[in-house]
Amino acid sequence: MCLAVPAKIIDKKDQMAVVEVNSIQRQVSLMLLPEAGIGDFVLIHAGFAIQAIDEEEATLTNQLLREMNGSA
Amino acid sequence: MPEHNNETKEMAQFLIREIDRLVTKPVRLMEVCGTHTVAIFRAGIRQLLPPQVDLVSGPGCPVCVTPDEYIDKAVAYARCEDVILTTFGDMLRVPGSTSSLGEVKATGADIRVVYSPLESLTIAAQNPHKKIIFLAVGFETTAPTAAATVLATKKQNLTNLFLLSSHKIVPPALKVLLADPAVNIDGFLLPGHVCAITGERPFDFLPETYHMPAVVAGFEPLEILRTIYRLARQIHDDQPTIENEYKRIVKPDGNPAARQILSEVYEPTDAVWRGIGMIPDSGLRMKEQYSAFDAQVVLPMVTKTIAKKTACRCGEVLRGIIKPTACQLFGKACVPEHPIGACMVSVEGSCAAWYKYGSGRYTYGT
Amino acid sequence: MEHEKICLAHGSGGKLSQELVEQVILPAFGNPLLNELHDGASVNMAGTNVAFTTDSYVVKPLFFAGGNIGKLAVCGTVNDLAMTGAVPRYLSVGLILEEGFLMDDLRKIVESMRLAAKEANVLIVTGDTKVVNKGAADGIFINTAGIGDIISGSHISPKCVKPGCDVIVSGYIGDHATTIMAGRHELVLPATLQSDCAPLNGLVQKMLKAVPQIAALRDPTRGGVAATLNEIAEQSKTGILLQENAIPVRSEVQGVCEILGFDPLYLANEGKMLVFVDAKYTKTLLDVMHQHPYGKDACVIGKVTNESIGQVGLQTNIGGIRIVDMPLGVQIPRIC
Repeated sequence: MCLAVPAKIIDKKDQMAVVEVNSIQRQVSLMLLPEAGIGDFVLIHAGFAIQAIDEEEATLTNQLLREMNGSA
Repeated sequence: MPEHNNETKEMAQFLIREIDRLVTKPVRLMEVCGTHTVAIFRAGIRQLLPPQVDLVSGPGCPVCVTPDEYIDKAVAYARCEDVILTTFGDMLRVPGSTSSLGEVKATGADIRVVYSPLESLTIAAQNPHKKIIFLAVGFETTAPTAAATVLATKKQNLTNLFLLSSHKIVPPALKVLLADPAVNIDGFLLPGHVCAITGERPFDFLPETYHMPAVVAGFEPLEILRTIYRLARQIHDDQPTIENEYKRIVKPDGNPAARQILSEVYEPTDAVWRGIGMIPDSGLRMKEQYSAFDAQVVLPMVTKTIAKKTACRCGEVLRGIIKPTACQLFGKACVPEHPIGACMVSVEGSCAAWYKYGSGRYTYGT
Repeated sequence: MEHEKICLAHGSGGKLSQELVEQVILPAFGNPLLNELHDGASVNMAGTNVAFTTDSYVVKPLFFAGGNIGKLAVCGTVNDLAMTGAVPRYLSVGLILEEGFLMDDLRKIVESMRLAAKEANVLIVTGDTKVVNKGAADGIFINTAGIGDIISGSHISPKCVKPGCDVIVSGYIGDHATTIMAGRHELVLPATLQSDCAPLNGLVQKMLKAVPQIAALRDPTRGGVAATLNEIAEQSKTGILLQENAIPVRSEVQGVCEILGFDPLYLANEGKMLVFVDAKYTKTLLDVMHQHPYGKDACVIGKVTNESIGQVGLQTNIGGIRIVDMPLGVQIPRIC
């Protein structure tokens, strides 16, 4: 019911952040995760960061997600 | 990286052997979430599991449980000259009682697919003389993004963006399923991204009240297999509890900031689930102080929904009572290009996933 | 057909496109040459075997990283000819222009067409220009048609695809569609990712010279690798089994797919081809492909089998097998 993808915050201005997923960038809102900062890994859903992930785990998630060779 | 893949494959085989060892009688495990349904099919997990372990798809596809009435309203709004409808792509093909949004779009209605509800704000600012209506559907994961969009709309003093809300909450639906004797489930794969917001606590009733094993699941193949392994172990030991197999995302208390924004804008209400019926306190409605953003308050629309009589058994599929293949329409009258029931419409609908990824039609090699 | 009106999915290269062709086009025009439903037709004129094809281009945005609608219009038709085993020779160009379209943009597009034709070594020998009222077209539509002569000794046809053939892809998949779509959903791509739009005839000629036994060639445009393989499986009455870990997808493309909920197997390519060849020639063929800029990343992604006739399966990284279905229509971003 909910596709979400891990991303890294590379820039932050007020409540908006630029995140990167495999060097693809997009603006997302930090309204639902106000504490997140540059360098943090976060879970992105529908243009919002909805939960924090720690860096080591995020790399692992990305790696595993790639294995599925698609989306889920 | 073949080496790494072998590792994955070996780990998968190990988990499957362990599951086979632990499960000594037939069990039915429900993956509540539609994204899990798709992930399970995409990885080919179903056919790898030992025959005594059956995976059953649950009601966790928001598109599938959205009733005809909602689609009919959305279609009626879309037909208005001064309206731009914004929606997640998932909703376009859902049939209402007369038409789908995709069909209305083909006749010229201004319907725009968005990835984020926030894209509606930009559209509203660019089209001050139009009314922008966002179709706010989804479970606990998505509802906070709609609530945040309302707050952002207010902050930007935009007066031409409205939400047609039909958000739903998962736990009350599981209670209804468990109260139904026809639904015979031995454990739940809990929706990981719902729990990212809610935490584990709202699902405590599963082991506590219903003696039901439950594991919060991630979405990669191995995470799903580890989840099933944990469920098998709980069943084997007869010690139901809530375990978390998605710890890097799901914190015990979820995301309190998101829940606060959600409860600022929305409050619980009774809601109709397609195929299940009315479930008390299973939906969300906008609070009175935000009614200026509620399409149904500001732009009331009366539609008449014609109840259709078909042999469609989506209701039983959604409750996990039957498999899609048990419905006589499945794969014949009802296929993804001409769906009859909602489960065939959404990519993650049980019937669509069963059809698309082969199970039910054939298994590869036969 | 239950549809009373044309919807976008009818033009997506998937199931509804098939339905349209089978239910509306073939009953009217059907003949043995058309019924082959190849990228181009092979006709005999005055004792010479000629390949003949046409295609229309309606891409949006008109300009994208790695090309524009003009380059696409030349490469697409050149590639359709190349996929029939022909050397493309002459093209026609039909331009449908919307009133108000910028002259400067038209010049850029025409210049790209000139350069692409030069690279592909084809001549644009006839053409037509029409202008329609503002709103009656979306800037510019282009139709190209082309003819070429069949390379002697080659026999390219889905019917030559047999169990035991390898399935080769000439490089990374999904680059074109990803480049085109990303902008629509506020995604910013790195400069390293661009459309793969390119004329493949040079590479095909080298391949056929080295291995005239190539069974079939197809460029997986609309509907992507999934649609093309399904067509081949159906037309050749074989099954195809892919290996998930062998399919080359750039991490950027994977990223866009994860965000928007897409599957790279269903994304359009404009400079890639799928090659079906008896496994005993695979090494020779890959060696030739790897020496060409448009084939340097070529690899085997699966096998043709005699199981599950007409179906495409994919062996996943954990050892399961799933079906890779014919796409229904274009992929739409989803949150579910």
